[in-house]
Amino acid sequence: MISFDDVDKSWGPNHVLKKLNFHVKPAEKVSIIGPSGSGKTTILRILMTLENPDEGIVTVDGDELWNVERGRRIRRETTQMKLTRRKIGMVFQQFNLFPHLSAIQNVMEAPIQVLGMSKNEAHERAKGLLDTVGLGEHLDHKPPKLSGGQQQRVAIARAMAMRPKVMLFDEVTSALDPELVGDVLDVIRDLATSTDMTMLLVTHEMRFAEEISDRVVMFDGGVAVEQGPPQKIFQDPDNERTRRFLKAVLEH
Amino acid sequence: MSTIIDYAPRLWEGLVVTLQLLVLGSLLALVIAFAAGLTRLSRHRLVRLPAAIFIEVFRGTSMIVQLFWFFYALPFLGIELPPFETGVVVLALNEGAYAAEIVRGAIKSRPAGQTEACIALGIGPAKRMRRILIPQSIPAMLPPFGNVLVDLFKNTSLVATITVLDLTYMGLEVRTNTGETTAIFATLLVIYFVVSLLLWVLMNGLERRFAIDRTKKSTRIKSWILSQPRGGAGA
Repeated sequence: MISFDDVDKSWGPNHVLKKLNFHVKPAEKVSIIGPSGSGKTTILRILMTLENPDEGIVTVDGDELWNVERGRRIRRETTQMKLTRRKIGMVFQQFNLFPHLSAIQNVMEAPIQVLGMSKNEAHERAKGLLDTVGLGEHLDHKPPKLSGGQQQRVAIARAMAMRPKVMLFDEVTSALDPELVGDVLDVIRDLATSTDMTMLLVTHEMRFAEEISDRVVMFDGGVAVEQGPPQKIFQDPDNERTRRFLKAVLEH
Repeated sequence: MSTIIDYAPRLWEGLVVTLQLLVLGSLLALVIAFAAGLTRLSRHRLVRLPAAIFIEVFRGTSMIVQLFWFFYALPFLGIELPPFETGVVVLALNEGAYAAEIVRGAIKSRPAGQTEACIALGIGPAKRMRRILIPQSIPAMLPPFGNVLVDLFKNTSLVATITVLDLTYMGLEVRTNTGETTAIFATLLVIYFVVSLLLWVLMNGLERRFAIDRTKKSTRIKSWILSQPRGGAGA
C-alpha cells in the first residue's frame, strides 16, 4: 500500500531520513516510535505531500507521489495525483480544525468542496461520523468551544469523511491533557479494529501502540533501527537503542 | 448663532456629499484592499511586484498631493475625472493601500496547520483561500479596518481642496458669508466627531457579528470600552 524506497531527507545539516526503505501492506496497522527528531513525523508529512523528499521514490497504492524535475522532487498536481492523495487522510498533533466552522461544517467541508457531494448527503455522513466519535451532541459548536480531546475527535471524523484508504496519525494525543487522551485513543482503537484502513501512527503512547499495532517500527537517527510485532519490540527488543528508549519512556 | 441655523441646509448638503464620499470610497477601498492584498500573497514574484509597488507608493506619499496629481496633472495625460469621482478614487486608492496590508497580514498570520489541513483534505488553493483562509481572517481584519474607515472618513475633508462641495467646503463657504468662525468650526468638529463615533459603533457591531468565539455580553461591553482610546475616535 505504501512504499518508501531509498528515501533521503535533510533539513540543512540535520539528516532526518537516511536511505529509508519502508513498506506497509494494505490494512496493516503500523506504529512508529522513537525519540523526538528521529524523522518519524517526516515520514507522515512526506506521504501527505507536506514535505518533499530529497531522494528516493515514494508510492501509495502503486502511484508515485513525486516527480523528479531537474534533480528536485516536485509535488505532482495532476488529476491522477489528486486522486492518489485523496486515498490518504491525516490527523495532526494540533488538530488544525477550521476555527470559523462548526464541528459538523468542519466535517462536511471537504466532501462538498472536493467530492462535490450534496449538502444533505454530506450532512448525513458528517452526523454519522460525529456520532461515532461521541460528538453527536456538539454538532454546531465551533472549535474554540470544544475541549482538545473533542477537537481531535472532530478532526478524526473530518479525515474519515473523505473515506481514505490510508490514515496517518501524527502524535494525535501529544497536545492533549492527560485525562482527555483516553477518549481519542478509544476512537482510534475502534477504527483499527472495525475497518480495513491502512493505519500509520506516530505515537508516544507505548501501551496503545502495543495493543493495536500489527507491527512497530523503532526509529532513531533517520533509520528504522528495529521493527517487528509489538510483543517482540516491547518485551524483547534486539536492538540496544530500542531497549534504552523503551526503558526511558516506560520507566516513569 | 441664528445665522448658522439659516445656513444649516448648506451644511446638510455638504454632509450628504461627505457621506457619499465615505460610502463609495470605503466600498471601493475594500475591493482594492482584497485585490492588492491577495495579489501580494501570490507565490509568483511577478504577480506580487505590481501590488507591492502600488501599496508602497500610495502609503508613502501625501494624500493631498495625490489629490492634486489626479485632479490637476492627470488631465494633461488625457484622463479627466470630475472632482467628486476624483475624490472617491483617491480616497479609495490611498486607504485601500493601507487596508491591503491588513488583508495580507491577517491571512498570512493564519497558522500553517490550516493550509496543511486543506492539503490533507484535498482542498485546492483557490477554495482554500475563499472558503478557509479568508473567512477565518475576517475577525482579525475588522479592528484595523475600523481604523482605516475612520481615517478615510476624516480624510474626506481634504477633497474640499479640489472643489468638491463636501462638509468642510460648505463650512468654509458659510464662514466666509457669515464671519461666524468659532461657531462654524465648532459645528464642523462636532459633526465629524459624531459620524466617527457612529462608525465605531458600526465596527464594534461587525466585530461581534464576525467573532469566531462569541463572548458573553459583559465582556463584550468591557472590550468595547477598552477599544475606545485605541481607536481615538476624536483624533
